[in-house]
Amino acid sequence: MNLAVETFDLNRTFKLKKAKNKGENGNNNGKLIALENANIKIHQGELFGLLGPNGAGKTTLIKILATLLLPTSGTGLVDGIDVVKYPEKVRKKINMVSGGEHCGYGILTVRETLWMFSQFYGIATKVAHRRIDELLKILKMEEFAKTKIGKLSTGLRQKLNFMRGFVCDPKIMFLDEPTLGLDVQIARDVRIYIRTWMKENPERTVLLTTHYMAEADELCDRVAIIDKGRVLVCDSPQNLKKSLAGEAVFYIEIPLSVNGMEKFGQIPGVKQFAYEHKSHLGRTELKFILEEESAISNVTESLSGNGSKIISLSKMEPSLEDVFVALVGRGLKNEN
Amino acid sequence: MKIDLKTNIKAIIARSYVRIVAANREPSWWFTETLLPILSTAAYVYVYKALNAPEEYTGFVILGGTMSAYWIHVLWSMAAQFYWEKEIGNLELYMIAPISRMSILLGMASGGMFLATTRAVFIFLVGSLIFKVDFAIISLPKLFAVFVLTLVGLYGLGMLFSSLFMLYGREAWHGVTLLQEPVHLMSGFFFPVRNLGFAVALGASLIPMTLGLDAMRQLAFKTGAKSGFISADVEIAALVGLCVLFLVVSKYALEYMEKLGKKEGRLTLRWQ
Ligand SMILES: Nc1ncnc2c1ncn2[C@@H]1O[C@H](COP(=O)(O)OP(=O)(O)OP(=O)(O)O)[C@@H](O)[C@H]1O
Ligand SMILES: [Mg+2]
Repeated sequence: MNLAVETFDLNRTFKLKKAKNKGENGNNNGKLIALENANIKIHQGELFGLLGPNGAGKTTLIKILATLLLPTSGTGLVDGIDVVKYPEKVRKKINMVSGGEHCGYGILTVRETLWMFSQFYGIATKVAHRRIDELLKILKMEEFAKTKIGKLSTGLRQKLNFMRGFVCDPKIMFLDEPTLGLDVQIARDVRIYIRTWMKENPERTVLLTTHYMAEADELCDRVAIIDKGRVLVCDSPQNLKKSLAGEAVFYIEIPLSVNGMEKFGQIPGVKQFAYEHKSHLGRTELKFILEEESAISNVTESLSGNGSKIISLSKMEPSLEDVFVALVGRGLKNEN
Repeated sequence: MKIDLKTNIKAIIARSYVRIVAANREPSWWFTETLLPILSTAAYVYVYKALNAPEEYTGFVILGGTMSAYWIHVLWSMAAQFYWEKEIGNLELYMIAPISRMSILLGMASGGMFLATTRAVFIFLVGSLIFKVDFAIISLPKLFAVFVLTLVGLYGLGMLFSSLFMLYGREAWHGVTLLQEPVHLMSGFFFPVRNLGFAVALGASLIPMTLGLDAMRQLAFKTGAKSGFISADVEIAALVGLCVLFLVVSKYALEYMEKLGKKEGRLTLRWQ
């Protein structure tokens, strides 16, 4: 089977400025390891997800593959082509969309902007306009075709950025948090589009990063979980969830309590623990992954010993988020 | 690597389109970009009149004011452009596109020349009419050649700056703003550069505007040749040299800065 992306021991370190010489990512001698011996294989036709907390190295990996950044060592192949040796050839096959970023010039209209970017890929103007019409329709942007992009709302500008990537019809698409900050409806449009686009042509491949576990679970054929520059696992969401089958996942709500959360991770029988403060609800949500179900009694004892009233307690099917918590040792949201 | 000429030409046209459109889409720009230069030009004219300077000085100043539209444009819309593009988020999109980065710069330059020309023509016509400038054109083809060479040289210089500034943030901006006024003085926008002395004039000649303005004055006014720095023909030859120099150097500077940026991770501003 053809590989769309393949990396061999990809490493990337950044020199740190003296002032912020205290990062967590295995930093020594003022160096920050953003990517450490990353090995991944993405098959042609696959929708592949990269999951990881902030600073895990997801964007770094994408930038290397998109020829925007050199690896410190190791090799990256895109469609079989070395990204360091032949970046010009790689560029003909790829495109990249980063969520939360803007593109173009405020003075141009949506249609003009898309046309301009299509020209950088040598697309005939007629073909470009046909594709623009299609994209505008699917992403429900038809009424904005003649709007100057400086006048678009943030969400619409991000949709535009998304269309900008697809109008060039790449073989391999890098999507760095494409739904970041989008409202539910727009995010759904975007996800639907990604899937339709993939279906149209079996040669197309997408590498996507996201913070939204549910999104990865729903969209991706396979995901890699990455933390502190290292790829921890790589499998289909189903298989990853199955790997947790022996364990029990419990979800508990207690009144908001900010201090001393770490000690709940030490309770006997608790494999992993994560929490999230919901101050607007006056609650703290706790998630326990237990070695076995019976350990829940230790948890409830310990909570009441702590004076925390339990508002609700429920057992859940393991989700991709739980796999993540079990591997990374913390949730995506409670960053230290 | 074979360069895909067709795609690159499309890229140049597409990038210049932005500026061609911009020339008329924001009417308020007309105000700042034409009225203000006309005012400062007029100020010089009145100063010279008050000092009883020779009649041609009015023409010299109008010519300087006209060309100043290009200089300001090169500084603000060429030299710092890649830095702005990085801020907006466009730079990385240009970098991942399968085209030469020079095409982007050439597109910016050619569109920019068009835009600045709409301003320059306006300043020139209004200035010449109000102050009744008396032209005595010695050689129209040469005058035209000087004009074109000056523009190519200037925008080549802008492209060079743009590559150099690509990796720098605020510093680039300060560098550019620092250049504006000294160059106005040293390039002789409002008086023949010869008055500054040979050494200064020679140094200032590195900026194509200096030689261009001087040659144009020599070719367009009766007494122009008398106040010229060196002969117009030599200036034309030097301008050709500057054009080639800036275009070639900016190509290499661009390649070098791109490589450096990829190595140090400074090609993109945000990395989250
Ligand atoms: N150009 C750079 N210079 C210095 N450090 C950098 C640079 N780019 C990334 N880093 C650092 O490398 C680490 C990995 O960053 P990266 O952007 O790849 O993370 P990420 O997984 O994309 O995070 P997020 O989820 O927040 O987008 C971070 O600690 C980041 O601060
Ligand atoms: Mg990122």
